[in-house]
Amino acid sequence: MRRVHTFHGGIHPPEHKAQSLQAPIQPAGIPPQLVLPLAQHIGAPAQPVVRAGQAVRGGELLAEADGFVSVPVHAPTSGTVSAIEERPVPHPSGLSAPCIVIDTDGADTWLPPAPLAAAERADQTRLRECIQGAGIAGMGGAGFPTAVKLSPGPGKAIDTLIINGTECEPYITADDSLMRERAGDIVAGTRILAELLAPRDILIGVEDNKPEAIAALQAAADSTMEVVVFPTKYPSGGEKQLIEILLGKQVPSGGIPADIGVVCQNVGTAVAVHEAVARGRPLVSRVTTVTGEAVTRPGNYEVLLGTPMGWLLEQAGVDPDRARRLIMGGPMMGFSIPAPECPVVKTTNCLLVPTEAELPTPPPAQACIRCGLCAEACPATLLPQQLYWFARGKEYDKLEGHNLFDCIECGACSYVCPSHIPLVQYYRASKAEIIARRREAEKADHARERFEARQARMERLAAEREAKRAERKKAAEAKARAKARAAATEGAETVDGAQAAADEDPIQAAIERAKARKAALAAGDAGEPADRVAKLTANVDAIAKRLAAAREKLESYDGGEAPVAEALKRGVEKTADKLAKAEAELREAREGVSEEA
Amino acid sequence: MSLLRITSPHAHGPLSTTRVMQTVLLATLPGVAALVWFFGPGVLVNIAVTSFFAIAFEAAVLKLRGRPVLRTLDDHSAVVTATLLAIALPPYAPWWLLAVGAAASILLAKQLYGGLGYNPFNPAMVGYVVLLISFPVQMSTWAAPRGLAAEVPGLVDALQACFIPASFDGATMATPLDILRQNSDQSLAALYAGTPQLGAWGGVGWQWVSLGFLAGGLWMLYRGIFTWHAPVAMLAALAALAALFYDGGGPGSGGSPLFHLLSGATMFGAFFIVTDPVSSAVSTRGRLIYGALIGVLIYLIRTRGNYPDAVAFAVLIMNFAAPFIDYYTQPRSYGHARGDRP
Repeated sequence: MRRVHTFHGGIHPPEHKAQSLQAPIQPAGIPPQLVLPLAQHIGAPAQPVVRAGQAVRGGELLAEADGFVSVPVHAPTSGTVSAIEERPVPHPSGLSAPCIVIDTDGADTWLPPAPLAAAERADQTRLRECIQGAGIAGMGGAGFPTAVKLSPGPGKAIDTLIINGTECEPYITADDSLMRERAGDIVAGTRILAELLAPRDILIGVEDNKPEAIAALQAAADSTMEVVVFPTKYPSGGEKQLIEILLGKQVPSGGIPADIGVVCQNVGTAVAVHEAVARGRPLVSRVTTVTGEAVTRPGNYEVLLGTPMGWLLEQAGVDPDRARRLIMGGPMMGFSIPAPECPVVKTTNCLLVPTEAELPTPPPAQACIRCGLCAEACPATLLPQQLYWFARGKEYDKLEGHNLFDCIECGACSYVCPSHIPLVQYYRASKAEIIARRREAEKADHARERFEARQARMERLAAEREAKRAERKKAAEAKARAKARAAATEGAETVDGAQAAADEDPIQAAIERAKARKAALAAGDAGEPADRVAKLTANVDAIAKRLAAAREKLESYDGGEAPVAEALKRGVEKTADKLAKAEAELREAREGVSEEA
Repeated sequence: MSLLRITSPHAHGPLSTTRVMQTVLLATLPGVAALVWFFGPGVLVNIAVTSFFAIAFEAAVLKLRGRPVLRTLDDHSAVVTATLLAIALPPYAPWWLLAVGAAASILLAKQLYGGLGYNPFNPAMVGYVVLLISFPVQMSTWAAPRGLAAEVPGLVDALQACFIPASFDGATMATPLDILRQNSDQSLAALYAGTPQLGAWGGVGWQWVSLGFLAGGLWMLYRGIFTWHAPVAMLAALAALAALFYDGGGPGSGGSPLFHLLSGATMFGAFFIVTDPVSSAVSTRGRLIYGALIGVLIYLIRTRGNYPDAVAFAVLIMNFAAPFIDYYTQPRSYGHARGDRP
């Protein structure tokens, strides 16, 4: 017998599991319409490969995986794609998301199954592709693409494969019934997972409140795997808690189990892997517990993915007058579903429909009396009440310092709180706020980096220009010296002083050129009068254009900086003066021309 | 169906703050019964009158603060504070003493800080200390226990003592703690032989009152109202110091460990005051330190100080230190290395 460990805290809520375990798993049937969300997993939503109006058969690909962390969606039965549109989906946000809607035809015709041949199965890449291609995502609740977890990457050897049959949440018995009835499939699926990971140990963890499941698994297990039984305590089924129970090791904060050589898979996932590999059947249905006191026929149903919850509840006989909430998942971590139109998805392990008496509406929260029961219950060894005070005070640094992000939102603290404070709600809100702030900070950092990079670039360009200028100057000086030497040796040519200066400096040269032009213009007095008028007219036009431009600039300037506006204004005035002068000159010249005439 | 939308968890445990407070009130019964037997029904009048004032003050402040009065009063915390204060006060106290105590507890120590859960100091102990410093004569007048007094006062006497204090003339006696502190020349054996009040262990009457509160405390522990850490640490530290300075029972002895455990407010303090979650340290390690240091302070103040008992001062001093203790005893969270400190 393996020595099992325990984790800090935990609670023992009433189990309520018996009511859904009275009958074996039964098929729920084919509803008239299936609504298949493109994102039933964590990662990129699948991309549709069918169009509205297209007829599909069972097992046919409806949407393909979009990248590595993504899985495809398949048709659970035959029918016609009636729409690809936004529909309400089961998500804590309550938002709608793109779905493929199939009007079923009831014939349930299927594509011929294509199980992997033994030779293909030996190829690990092919095996992983098969698992991803079957649309398998973690069926315990999180819905992480299974194939990704089966590819731990180089340098991460997996010592231990853990098959999670804990099912610690009250009410839920989907995994329990699966273990009782399909222990052989679980073991076969586990073998396939082991082929990919090559672990030293294979452990199947089950809480001691499921004796029938334990017996069935022990009968089916082969010598490579061990069924480990441990005391019932919520939340033993949390991945991190289960690892601590079975191995006595903790997953480092912020890390994943593969960091310590562990991969966890749910028993339902193992069955789905077996179905995909050995029977060639993609993931199109799952076992869902329908329970709660408002349900007249509670039990475990084999449900086609996409089945509207309302339809499933009708099959199970829900009394709508007594139903107070519709919860997907268990009473501790499940979330309330806004509308019964939401479909059953790959992660729907339970639909809980309690009456008001069963799960009463929470009373208004009372003051925190710091009793510390929450800290005793916390499986992550946090100080929930300190986190609560910090959350109320919006002290985000302290929240992070007290390891808010190690909170797994199991709800144990809220469960024990005598003041009925919705602690988990505070933590969720604070986490969201901190993440939003991090994003803001990242954005600001990015903008600052860009600004600094630009600044650096401008400085570099300026330095380059300066270097070039210095080089040119040096060259010019060298040239001038060479010339001077040449002149000295030849002793014939005289060097024009201005020219020499211009050679030395391009700016000086430009100034000289402008001076020369002005002088030429002035010298126009001596030239042809007609020429002079033409030149002056051009000059007036040019200055008028400059004036217009300057005025426009002044008018459009609204920066509000007084010195800038003042400078622009001065510029306009100066240009206007110049224009007046030029026009006067032009008039004079014209008069001269007419006098001559 | 009209579906309720709330976030998880949807289930809730059976415990509520009101239940916690009711359990505390019930747990005082054995100790209060012993007090009534040995010292007469004064403590009952104390509890009734103090509770009346406490509820009145609490309701008035809640009204002023615009808080829901009835829903808040329903948490029973005012009655618990009043009861604990009333038990700590001498029986047959005049009504105005009780009123001032209730005012200091509820108005000063509790509501001025924001009400239940926000008070840094234990309200009952604040009320007690305010009275002790303001009215030392009334606060050190303890009734003589049954067996030593000519007769134990009845209910009429108790009411008279409370409402017409001038007309009450009950037998009073020094408490065992006073006797021991004032002793400087006799060995403990001689002192016990010469002073009938000291009884066998912690004083006539006192030892049974202490055992009554111990029983109530153990019952609360069984019910999971608090953890064992703070009270056990306090009792252990007090007993250890008493053993260390027992000095063979000579004239310089501070008293035996059993004397300190069963005398004065030790048991009452350990299970009803030190366990007050609001003003104590939070983590289990923190509560061990908090409780142990209270035990040390109680011994020091009892043997070196000048007051009839030390529990109130020790608790208030450690209330100051609780946030500091919390800072240094933050537990290691899952997945973090030992000694990770933000």
